Order: sequence, then structure tokens, then C-alpha cells
Amino acid sequence: MAQVAVADDLISFSAEGPRLIGGRCTRTGAYAFPFPTGPLAEGFERVELGRTGTLWSFTVQRFAPKPPFIGAQDNFTPYAVGYVELPGEIIVETRIKTDSFAGLKIGMPMRITLDAIARTPGGDDIVTYAFEPA
Amino acid sequence: MSDVFIVGAGIHPFGRHDTRSGLDQGVVAVREALADAGLSWPDMQFAFGGSSASGNADALLPRMGLTGVQFVNVANGCATGGSAMLSGYWAIKSGEFDIGVAIGFDKHPRGAFNPDPEQWGLPKWYGETGLMLTTQFFGMKIQRYMHLHGISPRTLALVAEKAFANGALAPHAWRRQPVDADTILQAETVNDPLTKYMFCSPSEGAVALILASEKRARAMGRADVRIRGAAVRTRPEGSFEVFAPSLRLERGGSATALAAKAAFEMAGLGPEDIDVAQLQDTESGAEIMHMAENGFCADGDQERLIQDGETRLGGRMPVNTDGGCLACGEPVAASGLRQVYENVVQLRGTAGARQVEGARVGYSQVYGAPGLSAVAILGRA
Repeated sequence: MAQVAVADDLISFSAEGPRLIGGRCTRTGAYAFPFPTGPLAEGFERVELGRTGTLWSFTVQRFAPKPPFIGAQDNFTPYAVGYVELPGEIIVETRIKTDSFAGLKIGMPMRITLDAIARTPGGDDIVTYAFEPA
Repeated sequence: MSDVFIVGAGIHPFGRHDTRSGLDQGVVAVREALADAGLSWPDMQFAFGGSSASGNADALLPRMGLTGVQFVNVANGCATGGSAMLSGYWAIKSGEFDIGVAIGFDKHPRGAFNPDPEQWGLPKWYGETGLMLTTQFFGMKIQRYMHLHGISPRTLALVAEKAFANGALAPHAWRRQPVDADTILQAETVNDPLTKYMFCSPSEGAVALILASEKRARAMGRADVRIRGAAVRTRPEGSFEVFAPSLRLERGGSATALAAKAAFEMAGLGPEDIDVAQLQDTESGAEIMHMAENGFCADGDQERLIQDGETRLGGRMPVNTDGGCLACGEPVAASGLRQVYENVVQLRGTAGARQVEGARVGYSQVYGAPGLSAVAILGRA
């Protein structure tokens, strides 16, 4: 089975692992995520964001979201979400992969990973970015 | 320029009304407001109305009367009702009109809202991957606030306990059964750290307020509740808002803090002058954080203030005297007007068992997606 990304221009893949595609303002140096679209894109250069950071805040999604969520509605498995602060760059919102919701603590080190959230009709995994305790 | 008075107030009870449309709830609220003011629909020189899920607000016209009145539909997210009132306030203050009505009604399906990312200018994947839920934002905002400012889960529960106790005393509230703090704490978690009793639900309801110039209000013998200040503000850079795929490292203020400052300046008043406050309580944590964002206390002081009962009826500054969103639910376009309605009732001294003794200045603040806040300060003349 292959993996397909949930969206283009969101995650870069290499042998070293996934990274988020963000933008850096060519004038002010400010970071943006996701990479800006439309007229806003002109002022930004593409950058790969850092792989590691710290947990800024979090919660657990304990009920199945309605569409456009593409994950399972039946047999829904709760998942954690949070914000991870990438030092010197930006704070990004993300799903969190963990076996222990109770173990999540603000300030803990985190690193980027991938999370399969659904399958295509052909049986491929649809993956998005996530962070996990480092 | 004229001062602006609220001379009539009507409400359709909040909650679930399976056999009545949102629009018809709006009709009931407008009729009640007109009757309260001793006026009829042809007296209205303008109407500003909003509904986010129940169709066009101006569908009220054939039901109220085709008088040719200038009717403007207002859509401004969770501040729709507040914006309708602000529009009426400006219309009268400018001297262009003497009397008119602000209306908000709504009827939402059960369960959490499911917004379309593209309508919010966000990429599709943001919704598809399960990040676009308002409840997550509220969980994460209070989680961080508790970490930074020492707020305990029990304090979250006490806010909800107070809401249901106050709702039991308000005829227009939805949830009118008291629930104790232990039950609230032990209930199932929706989005950590918030349990199901700590979240408000989308609901149904309608509110109408009749606004009048000072001259007209005096002629009516109804110049008792004056709008001292009113403002809507949107999010500044560095604020933490719902539906934000990323945040800047440099943290900043909030839409609420901006709106509060503007309204206090207009009124020439400060937080210490407020006798009763209705603060946006989408969930327990929101009420706690909004106490500080509106200037009523420093960050972290809420722990002691709430544990000591200062925000309960009979406390130093009662908050959400009708049970707020937690007890009334949140029909988006009517919710902010409900807060103002409650302050009108409090300032007139007709709030019955939930009356704040001698209330002369009432404060209301509605907050919502995508990061805007509307504040109104009412004073008894």
C-alpha cells in the first residue's frame, strides 16, 4: 500500500523524514503556515519548517467530527490535537500521536511524524502531518 | 447627536422548540418588544436584523407588516446580534432616526458546528484532518491559560454550577435544573479539560430590542436604560483565535480587550463601575478568561474570586445572571442580544429572584468566530 498526502504543498518528504512546508516573508522574515496562497504568496519564500519543538497547548478530540472530516465516523477513535512551538519560527496546529493522553504536558519536547487518517477507495493510506512526544 | 435608550425588550425563550421555526421565534420576540415599549410595527423607522442559520432576517417583514421600513440584514459571525444593535445605535446617535429595532434569531441543528473551511478562507485539509472544531480551540485556550495562571479544574466546574443555578431563576433560560460541581467535574470529557456540562450547546431563540433617541424616549416616559458605550472589534495580530492553523511566536492582545477598552472609554467608566456583567461563556473557561480580558481582574485572580463566590448572585460582581450561554445555549445571532436583554431587565429592577440589588450599570460582551467581540455598557438614567 502506498501513502498519499492529504494535500499538495503541505508536507515535504525525504529520506530524513517529513517536514512542513511554510513560508518566510521576504521583507520581514516572519513565518507563515501553511504556505500562503493567492496574492499573499508573492511576498513569501518556501521554507521547510523545523522537525522539533515544544508542546504549547493541547486537547483531546473525544467525539467524531462531522464532515468535512474524512476520518472514521463509526468506531471513532479519539485523537489529541495541539499547538507545537517551533523555536524561532512559528507555532503550528497539529494532530498529536500518542498512546497516553494523560502523559501530554505543556512544554514537553515534540517531533514531527505522519499520521494515517483515512484510506482512498484504492486502499492507499491518506496521511497528514502530526507531532509526537520526542 | 442623541443619546440612545433601550425602550422595549422582548425575548423568545432559548432552548429547543421543535415545532417553531427560528423566524417565528423572531416574530414572537419583536411582538413582545413592541408591546413592552407600547408601540406597534408601523412606528419602526428602521430594523437591523440577523440570523446565521434560520434564513434571511428580513423574512420577518411580511409577518410584521409591509410598511416600507428600511430593513438591513446583518451578518457578523457570533457578533451578529451585537452588530445589529450597534447599527441601530449609530443610526439614532447620528440624528438620522428616532426609533427602530434590532433583532436576532436562530435555530441550529444539534451537535457541534461543522464549518466549511473554504468559506473561512482556510485550506480543505484543515477540516478533513479534524482540526477545524471550535470546541478544540476552547479546550486548548483554557488548557494553556490554566497552565500559565494557576486555574484549577474545580474552578471550571464552579462556573458551570453557577450558570445552572442562575438559569433555574431565569424564565428564558433553557437548562433550568441545578447541577453540582462534583457531577460537572465527573461528567464525560468533550475536549479536555472541559466536560459536557462545561460547554454550551447550539440552541434556538430570539431577542428584539427597541432603540430610541433621548427625545423620543422621554416623550414615551421610558428614558430609563441608556446605552453608555458600544463597540465591536476584530482580532489583532498575535491574538489566539478559533480556526488558526498557526500562531506567531510574538503573542498579543485580543479582540475582547480592544472592544472593552473602546466601550469603557465611550462610557467614561471603568471595570470598577460595573454592577452586573454578562460575559461570553461558550464554555466555563471562556467566562474565566473573559473576566480578565474585559478588565475585571488580573490573570489568575479568577481562581480566588470564583472560589469565594464573588461572581455568584449576591457576590461583589455577579456574572451571567441568567445562566449565560451555558444555561441558555447559543443561537448565534440572538446570543449577544440576550446578554443585553438580561442587563435591561436587571437595570429596570424586574429580574425577580435573580435581581442584582441596586444594579445601575450593566456590561455585556459577546465573543466568537472568527475572532471578534462586541461590548455594550448600559446605564440606568
